[in-house]
Amino acid sequence: MPVNLDTYLGVHAQALKLRSQRTEVLASNLANVDTPGYRARDIDFKSVLAAQSGEGSPGQVQMTATKRGHIGGATANGTATPELKYRTPLAPSLDGNTVDAQLEQAQFAENTVRYQATLSFLNSKFRSLMTAITGQ
Amino acid sequence: MSSFKIFDVAGTGMSAQSVRLNTTASNLANADSVSGDPTQVYKAKHPLFEAIRSGIGAKAATTGVSVKGIVESQSAPTARYEPGNPLADTKGFVYAPNVNTVEEMVDMISASRSYQNNVEVMNTAKDMMLATLRLGQ
Repeated sequence: MPVNLDTYLGVHAQALKLRSQRTEVLASNLANVDTPGYRARDIDFKSVLAAQSGEGSPGQVQMTATKRGHIGGATANGTATPELKYRTPLAPSLDGNTVDAQLEQAQFAENTVRYQATLSFLNSKFRSLMTAITGQ
Repeated sequence: MSSFKIFDVAGTGMSAQSVRLNTTASNLANADSVSGDPTQVYKAKHPLFEAIRSGIGAKAATTGVSVKGIVESQSAPTARYEPGNPLADTKGFVYAPNVNTVEEMVDMISASRSYQNNVEVMNTAKDMMLATLRLGQ
């Protein structure tokens, strides 16, 4: 049975990449907690992952970037750039900053745990592959 | 691997917060540096933060923070009547800096907490990357 590594790993490889991108966005939010006018952003993980793995809702049409400089379209290798959304602030501050440090910390912790969960899934996939190869 | 950008982002955050701590320390140290001339007296300094936009679309996912500049507070210095002070002007007034020590203390706690936040982010990112490097072992 020929094993295609991409299909063997399932959604986890893409999920890991997206989780690491989300870590970057959340780290940016936490770094700019005192920057006036900064608006907190986040990735809608579920919808972006669904769109990237080709399981978007039927009515959803993905734009394709045909020229260099097009924003938000799918690139040549088929991976769409994740769309960043602005957070709706619970208590916006006077200087226009919408970062809620506690919320961001909670999201950051959750994202890290889920990243590690995805890593564990990938690890066990590799381990079973190794078992199959060595036959032990 | 793009995760290295987290170190840049958290690093800029730490650097900005340490500038803020520095200005706070300077303000608190000079809170009682009186002068006989209201134009010469020390003025409270505050850093001005600005987000570093690195690009458009997904490239803008990482946004560091930079210190755009340090502004001096424009509020008037407080005049104190101290004719015995050798620094007093002809009317017997000395002028104290417009430093609000309570505000500075609050600023200091906020800056220190934000700094710790960024350190924590950097540590977590490091752990995540090391765990990824051990993948499949």
